Amino acid sequence: MKKINKNSLNGFINYGIVIAAFAVIQALLGMGRLSNSLQSLLVPACCYIVMAVSLNLTVGILGELSLGHGGFMSLGAFSGIAASILLQNAIPLAPARLAVSMAVGALAGALGGVIVGVPVLRLQGDYLAIVTLAFGQIIKNIIMVLYVGVDERGIHIAASSERFDLAPGGTAIIKGPMGAVGVTKLATFTAGFILILITLAVVQNLVNSRAGRAIMALRDNRIAAESVGINTTKYKLMAFVTSAALAGAAGALFGLNYSSTGASKFDFNTSILVLVFVVLGGLGSIRGSIIAAALLYVLPEMLRGLGLNDFRMLIYAIVLILVMLATNNDQLKALLGRVIPKRKGAVTSG
Amino acid sequence: MSFLNNVITGVSLGSIYAIIALGYTMVYGIAKMLNFAHGDVIMVGAYVCFFAMGSFNLPPVAGVLLAVAVCTVLGITIERLAYKPLRSAPSLAVLITAIGVSYLLQNSAQLLWGADTKTFRPLVEGSLVLVPGQLSISYVAVLSIVCCVVVMIALTLFTGQTKMGKAMRACSEDKAAAQLMGIDVNATISMTFAIGSALAAVAGALMCSAYPVLSPTTGSMPGIRAFTAAVFGGIGSIPGALLGGILLGVIETFAKAYISTDLSDAVVFAVLIIVLLVRPAGLMGKYVPEKV
Amino acid sequence: MAEKKQFQKGKMVPVPSVSIIPERDLDKSPILECSHLGIDFGGLTAVNEFNVTVGRTEIAGLIGPNGAGKTTVFNLLTKVYQPTRGTILLDGLDTHGKTPSQVNRMGIARTFQNIRLFNNLTVEDNVKIGLHNQEKYSMFSGILRLPKYWRQEKAAHERALELLSIFDMQDLANHQAGSLPYGAQRRLEIVRALATNPSLLLLDEPAAGMNPSETAELMENIVKIRDTFQIAIMLIEHDMSLVMGICEGICVLNFGQIIAKGTAEEIQSNPTVIEAYLGKQQ
Repeated sequence: MKKINKNSLNGFINYGIVIAAFAVIQALLGMGRLSNSLQSLLVPACCYIVMAVSLNLTVGILGELSLGHGGFMSLGAFSGIAASILLQNAIPLAPARLAVSMAVGALAGALGGVIVGVPVLRLQGDYLAIVTLAFGQIIKNIIMVLYVGVDERGIHIAASSERFDLAPGGTAIIKGPMGAVGVTKLATFTAGFILILITLAVVQNLVNSRAGRAIMALRDNRIAAESVGINTTKYKLMAFVTSAALAGAAGALFGLNYSSTGASKFDFNTSILVLVFVVLGGLGSIRGSIIAAALLYVLPEMLRGLGLNDFRMLIYAIVLILVMLATNNDQLKALLGRVIPKRKGAVTSG
Repeated sequence: MSFLNNVITGVSLGSIYAIIALGYTMVYGIAKMLNFAHGDVIMVGAYVCFFAMGSFNLPPVAGVLLAVAVCTVLGITIERLAYKPLRSAPSLAVLITAIGVSYLLQNSAQLLWGADTKTFRPLVEGSLVLVPGQLSISYVAVLSIVCCVVVMIALTLFTGQTKMGKAMRACSEDKAAAQLMGIDVNATISMTFAIGSALAAVAGALMCSAYPVLSPTTGSMPGIRAFTAAVFGGIGSIPGALLGGILLGVIETFAKAYISTDLSDAVVFAVLIIVLLVRPAGLMGKYVPEKV
Repeated sequence: MAEKKQFQKGKMVPVPSVSIIPERDLDKSPILECSHLGIDFGGLTAVNEFNVTVGRTEIAGLIGPNGAGKTTVFNLLTKVYQPTRGTILLDGLDTHGKTPSQVNRMGIARTFQNIRLFNNLTVEDNVKIGLHNQEKYSMFSGILRLPKYWRQEKAAHERALELLSIFDMQDLANHQAGSLPYGAQRRLEIVRALATNPSLLLLDEPAAGMNPSETAELMENIVKIRDTFQIAIMLIEHDMSLVMGICEGICVLNFGQIIAKGTAEEIQSNPTVIEAYLGKQQ
C-alpha cells in the first residue's frame, strides 16, 4: 500500500488504546494496586464496551435508534449460561467452554436480531425505537416466567414453576424470576479483552468495506442509496444482526461473570445506559464509545468510593444533562470554543 | 360478570394511561421529542399530593390542585433549562437529555423523600355497587374515567377553538412558518409542557389512588406504557392518545385476567408491534412518505 | 459482461471536439419504452398516457412548466412510485413490480432535483457506493479482509478516481461530500450515478443553479459522457439553451400529458408548446 488511509489509521489507534489499557491494568493487578471493588468491575466494563461499540453500529453507523439493546444482551446471557451448564462435561476446559458459550450467546443474539429485524426494519425513526423498546420488554418478561432445566431425561422448558417437573438430581438452569442461579463463573478479564478486540475488528472492518459503505449510505440518504442499487432491507438487517450478535456475546460473558443472573439486569435501563455511552462518546465514533463506556461505567463506582454514595446517581444525572447541553447548544459551544480548540467531528472515523 | 369487571378495570386503567399519553403526544407533536422524563413528573405529582393530604391534611381536591401547580412549574422549568437550549440539536441529544432529567427527578425524589415505598391514600374511597356481590365500580375508577373524558373534551376544544390551541397546531405543522406568522414558538412550547405536566399530576394522583404504592420509580413503568399507548394510537394525535390509552388498559387487564399476570407486559408490547407492522404510524396517525 | 466493461483498465476515450450535436449515426434501437404509463395520487392524475421511446445512445429532453409531472416521470421510471397503469420496458425487459434498487441494477441510474448525496462520507466513498453492485466480495471477506477484499477495494479505488476525472474532481476525492460547493455536488451526483454502470441515465435539472459558462461546460460533459459510455441520457431541464443544444429528442409535458414530441426545431415552432409556456395569444 502506498499510503495508510485515515480510517485504517484510526482503527489501529483503537486497537492500540485497548491493548495499552489491558497491559496497564494487568500490571496494576500484578502489583496488587487495584482494589477489589475495581477488580470486580473489569469484566462488566468490558461487556459494556462491547455493548456500546455494537450499539454504535446500529445507532451511529446505520442511523436507526434502538432502545432494546439490553434485550439482545439478555438473550446472549441466558443462552450462554445454558450452554455452559449443558456443556459442563463435554468441554471440561473452562476457557474453551467460555468461548463456546459466548459463541452460543452471539448466535442467540443474532437470531433475536433476525426475528426482530425482519418485520421491524421497514419502520422508521421513533417507531423503530419504540418497537425495539417493546422487544426488550418482551424478552425480559418471557425470561422472567421461564423455567429451564436439564436432567437425565433431557432438557425441560416450562412457563411456570408448577409445570416444571425436573427429576431430582437434575440441574435447573433458569428459574423464572430468580433467573439463572448456581452458575460457574467462567468469565475472565482476558476473555473480555479478547472480545473487545474481536468486536473492534468486526465493526471497523465492516465499516471500511463494501457492506459498511452501503450501511452508511442508507443512514445518510436512504432514497439515494436505493437509487444506486443498494438493497435496503439486506444492509439494514446486516448491521442490526451483527450488532445483536455482538451484544449476545457480551451478554454471555456478563452472565458467566456472576453466580446468579436475573432477567431484570437487562431491562430498559440497561439499554438506555448503553445508549448514553454511545451518544456521549459520539455517534459513529468507535473510540468515543469505548472511552465513554469505560469511564461512565466506572465513574459512579468511583463516586461511591469517595463517600458520595447517596448523591452518585444524582451527580451522574446532572453531568449527563450538562454534557449534552455543552456539546449541543450553539451558544455554549461557541463559549467553550474560545477556551478549548475546536475538535473535528468524527462521523465515520475512529 | 368477571368479564364486565375486567372491562371496567381496563377502561379506568386505560383512562389514566390516556391522560399520561396526552402529555407525550402533545409534546411530541410540537417539539418532536420523546420526553422520557414525563413519567417522573407523574411521580413528583403523586408525591406532592401524598404529602399535601398526609402531612398537611389538605382535602383531596386541594392536594391534586397543589400537585398540578407544582408539576406545571416543574414542567416549564425543565423545558426552559434542559430542552430549550437544544431546540436546534439533533433529536438523539434531546432524548439523552430527557433521560438525564428522568434520572435527576428519580434521584432527587429518593434523596428528598426516601427510597422506601409509601402507601398512597386514595382520593376517594369505596365503590359503586351495580350488582351486589358481583359487579361494582370503585369510585376511583369512576373518577378516572370522568377525568379522562373531561380532559379530552377540554383539550379538543382548546386546540380547536382557542388562539393558543391554534398556535400549537401551527407549530406542530411547521415551526418556522408559524414563527413568520407572528406566533411565539417558545411560549407555545412552554404552554404545551405546562399542560402535559399538569395532566401528569392528575394522572399521578389517580394512578396512585388505584394502585396505592408510591416510590421514586413509580412513574417509569406507567410512563413507558403510556408512551406505548401514544405510539399505539398514533403519536401526535390527541384522539389517538385516548384510543391508544384505553385499548392498552383493556389489553393489559385482559392479558392479566385470561393469559397470565406475569406475561401481561409481553402481551401488551406484542400487540403494539403487530399494530405498528400493520399501521406504521399507529392507529390514528398519518403516514407521510418522504418526498423525492 | 456488464462488469467487465466497467472494470476495463485503461484510458477514457478522449473528449471529441464537441459540436453540440455530433454528426454521426445515433443508435436508435430503443433502450427505454414506456407505454400508456400513468399514476394517480388519490383522485389526482399526475401523469397519464406517457408514451416515450428513448434510443440506446440518445440524449432525450423532458421539459414542461412547473408542476407538469416531469420529476414524477423519473420517479415512475426508477420505481420510487409504482405506476398505476402502463408498462416500462428497459432493454425489452419489463420493470413491473421491481424496487428502486432492482431497477438500478437493471440499468437505470438517476440524479435528484434536490441533491441527495451521502453528505457525511467522502467524495470517493460516494462514488464507491455507486460501484456497490460491481464489487462482488461478501460481508465475511470484508470483515476477515481476505485477498478478494484487497483486490476489489483497490480496483474500486482506481475506478472511482477514473470516474471522478470526467469532471476533473479526482483531487476532491478525500473531501466530505456535504462540504462541496453546489455545482460540485451536482457533478458528484452524476458521477455516482454513472458508477452504477447504467444503460440509461436520468438527470433531474442538472444545470439548476449554474451560471451560463458552467452550463456550457456541463453540456459538453453530458455529450462526452454519452459518447464515452455509449449510454442513453434523459434529462429534465428548464435551461432551454441546454435542452435545445444537446437533446436529439424532446418531449413536452403539461398537466401530466405529453403535448408535443420531436426535435428541437419542431418543439420550438409548436404552437401548443408556446401556449403551454406563455399562455394563449390574445
